[in-house]
Amino acid sequence: MIPELGSFSLALALALALVQGILPIAGAARNDARLMGVARPAAHGQFVFVMIAFACQIYGFVANDFSILNVATNSNSALPLQYRVAASWGSHEGSLLLWALMLNGWTVAVTVFSRHLPEEVAARVVGVMGLIGVGFLAFMLITSNPFDRLLPAVADGRDLNPLLQDPGMVFHPPMLYMGYVGFSVAFAFSIAALLGGQLDAAWARWSRPWTTVAWVSLTLGICLGSYWAYYELGWGGWWFWDPVENASFMPWLIGTALMHSLAVTEKRGTFKSWTVLLAIFAFSFSLLGTFLVRSGVLTSVHAFATDPRRGVFILGLLVLVIGGSLLLFAWRAPKVGLGGSFGLVSRESALLTNNALLSVAAASVMLGTLYPLFLDALNLGKISVGPPYFDAVFVPLMTPVVFLMAIAPFSRWKGDSLPALARRLRWAFGVALVSALLLPLTTGKWTPMVALGLFLALWVFVTSAQHLFQRLRGKADEGTVLSRLRAIPGGWWGMWLAHVGIGVTVIGITLVKGYEQNLDVKMATGDTAHLAGYTFEFKGVTERKGPNFVAASALIDVTRDGKPVATMKPEKRMYTVQQMPMTEGAIDPGFTRDLYVSMGEPLPGTEAWIVRIFYKPFVGWIWWGAIFMGVGGLIAAADRRYRRLAERAAARRPAVDAAAVPAVAR
Amino acid sequence: MLRPDRQCGVLRRLALVLFAAVSLAGLPAHAGEAAPAAEDPVLEKRVTELSELLRCLVCQNQTIADSHAELAIDLKNQIREKMRAGESDRQIVDYMVARYGDFVLYKPPVKATTVVLWAGPFVLLLGGLASLFFKLRKRVRQAQAGEVMTEEEHLRAAALLQEDPVGKGSTR
Amino acid sequence: MGRYLIPLGIFIVLVGFLAVGLNLNPREVPSPLIGKPAPAFSLPVLEESGKSIARDELRGKVWLLNVWASWCVSCRAEHPVLVELANRKAVPIYGLNYKEVRGDGSLDARQMAPADELALARSRASQWLNERGNPYVASLLDLDGRVGIDYGVYGVPETFLIDKNGVIRYKHIGPVTPDAVRNVILPKVKELNAAS
Repeated sequence: MIPELGSFSLALALALALVQGILPIAGAARNDARLMGVARPAAHGQFVFVMIAFACQIYGFVANDFSILNVATNSNSALPLQYRVAASWGSHEGSLLLWALMLNGWTVAVTVFSRHLPEEVAARVVGVMGLIGVGFLAFMLITSNPFDRLLPAVADGRDLNPLLQDPGMVFHPPMLYMGYVGFSVAFAFSIAALLGGQLDAAWARWSRPWTTVAWVSLTLGICLGSYWAYYELGWGGWWFWDPVENASFMPWLIGTALMHSLAVTEKRGTFKSWTVLLAIFAFSFSLLGTFLVRSGVLTSVHAFATDPRRGVFILGLLVLVIGGSLLLFAWRAPKVGLGGSFGLVSRESALLTNNALLSVAAASVMLGTLYPLFLDALNLGKISVGPPYFDAVFVPLMTPVVFLMAIAPFSRWKGDSLPALARRLRWAFGVALVSALLLPLTTGKWTPMVALGLFLALWVFVTSAQHLFQRLRGKADEGTVLSRLRAIPGGWWGMWLAHVGIGVTVIGITLVKGYEQNLDVKMATGDTAHLAGYTFEFKGVTERKGPNFVAASALIDVTRDGKPVATMKPEKRMYTVQQMPMTEGAIDPGFTRDLYVSMGEPLPGTEAWIVRIFYKPFVGWIWWGAIFMGVGGLIAAADRRYRRLAERAAARRPAVDAAAVPAVAR
Repeated sequence: MLRPDRQCGVLRRLALVLFAAVSLAGLPAHAGEAAPAAEDPVLEKRVTELSELLRCLVCQNQTIADSHAELAIDLKNQIREKMRAGESDRQIVDYMVARYGDFVLYKPPVKATTVVLWAGPFVLLLGGLASLFFKLRKRVRQAQAGEVMTEEEHLRAAALLQEDPVGKGSTR
Repeated sequence: MGRYLIPLGIFIVLVGFLAVGLNLNPREVPSPLIGKPAPAFSLPVLEESGKSIARDELRGKVWLLNVWASWCVSCRAEHPVLVELANRKAVPIYGLNYKEVRGDGSLDARQMAPADELALARSRASQWLNERGNPYVASLLDLDGRVGIDYGVYGVPETFLIDKNGVIRYKHIGPVTPDAVRNVILPKVKELNAAS
């Protein structure tokens, strides 16, 4: 009964999505307030029904209803409760429902926070999101209904893949999807602006906080996924350039470009058509990722079980959504004016150059990801494009991005001069360069990659410190340092933190790649191993029973110069339902290093095990940097400026309507 | 659709031995410095480095170094043997390519069909920067010729929206 | 408007590729050995203990080499097709019994003596063939999978078609289907037999 209720709710949600997608947009075109007024209630109704469907699905998993195909294939009665909930988005069908729920969540947020928007803008934005909802709900109902019955029901389910039985599964997909789907808001604003012919600074200002929040979710989602891989896979890898990772990285790169482009458009009214294009691309890349995971055109560790019908359906959806919006772009964008003027050397130019570089980086990731497919489609043979390729290509592409990133905040809007900029930054440059060249020498191993990475990170840190210092000094007469710090707007702090975060991540990547050490040893009770100054003593193995696995749990004492450092308990687990062994590494995290121990195989005929020990300097900084970026983004999105403007604009709505910033003709 | 049998990552064999080897933290019979897992750690390092560049054909999204598939283990043994016999990395890679094709290489070789792959990013980079430069220069000229919105127009537009005018306050 | 159409143009090309991609199997790795001489081997024969067959003994005829093992689930599905093909006597089929013992995840062959492994492989494989019928002229025992590696085997079953000069002409990945026999293998056999 409950699954049928879920199916029925999905169907009702689809009907409401159709209403939400069609009437308000038609209303905006005809200036019919009644039709436009449908947008909000329809969106809220759709949200309620998708929520009901989602609740029905969770109920099916929690209550172990193995008459539902999706539950039977992805869950098991022995699975702990939190993973039964998470298993609901472990499958293709369930994750689509999560996708739809996220979309509805974002739409409701837009209806709530857009009261100050001109009515036709809000109607169009909500309408476009309704149309996207139509696509995904129809996809679900036609090819991938999460409530399909399995008759006769089975006694117990096939269990969730043990790799996914991890807190990472609880948080990573929702966060990632929130980011993916979040870009639909910026996309909807762009389409609304193209439809209405009002591509102006106001549009950019409205889109900005939405884009930033979506970007934050994506950043944290990717960060969680990376950290999960790090501790789960047993050898501490954190990025593999797998097609699906790339599918999340491309929208991140474009989203980063979009945030900066929106800043230029908002402040200076320039490069509007480029910004609109980026907004379309950011969401398009999210959709492309959805296609790549679910169609089976690429092999990936993350791929869902595939069905050709689904591939065809999503491809059709891509054609409609992306093709339609690019067509609209080609039709409307040429009429957009050029906006304010600026010099060749200016903050505008710096931001746009970084924009171009980020877009090239995204295009390169796409090229590498899809190249095997291109060759295969042209019958030119099968190749693989993997980490060695991406490492070789990505470093030269990102180096100028990070370098410029530190300069842009120092350049002035409208116009600046290169010599003046160079004079402002020469000390920072000198300090960063000299330290980057000398620091690696203290470790006894100097490599160009380490020097380059350190230079970029230090360059970011030193310039950021200088920037903060200048900012405070510039207002030296305005109260105490603390009050001056507080007077700095959130937008600035957000930028500053996110940029520092990039530097932090670069440090982590550079040092762990440059100075990681590892040791594979045979250990029996009482044996010791030495790595990077630490002593690891193997205290033996005990058996432990988990809810749906049995584990051989080792105990390893770590000491340094005789002082205890950590007690580590790596495990080898055997998941009983799927008969799948899993390695659970143990990590002792630290500020400057992680120690990582994982169990290999037991040595037959003895009591010894193969044990892998890793010393990973600064590896945690990779994710701390991402957290800095995320927090920075949140601070920027919460900038008082947006709220103040919202209030003011709400009070002056008629005036805004009339003004709709004259897009000055060429 | 039926697929060839592949035992991807699932070491069922392991299941048999796993819990036979659970020791009860008994008396340490031969406690001491742990022996390296490999007979020859230096060689093993070379084996790992090379097998990290090769794609496992069974699991397909793992390197031969990471994969626990039977074939990956066989191939690692093959690499080890050949290294012991004094073959160079190049020779071993050629050996793999002769059997499995370019597909096993995670770093595709540069040849006619992969020129676009290898040159593409850098062509895009140069092309993107060049076109941006010319566009910006053209804009500067247009601005001088009065085609772009002037500063006063921009301020007026901003004022209509009750925005902070450009450059005030939030930037330096 | 022209340059504003560029993104759309790129997207259309991309969609074309993705649409073609939907009909491709990214997991299937074509063999670089097609058109190359079949790698040499000399392996013990399953049916006759003490006897072995080398590649060069098979020169002068067109033959199929089918890679199989008793632990391979898909081989069971394929087997009737092979038996039927053998009954037609259109082409001799040789079996390459691939890692009969070591490939079975439920056995631990690492501690086994080579003679024991060979005996175990013989009994397992013969029993399997007795139950299902034997389509093979002979099955060659590749206990350690070394010959399999030489042939670029990456999954079982796989089937190679080799011509009179010992050159590999075709490789079928996965279970042989009646369709594949009718539309690909038999026509190719005919063509190769006709060639001198």
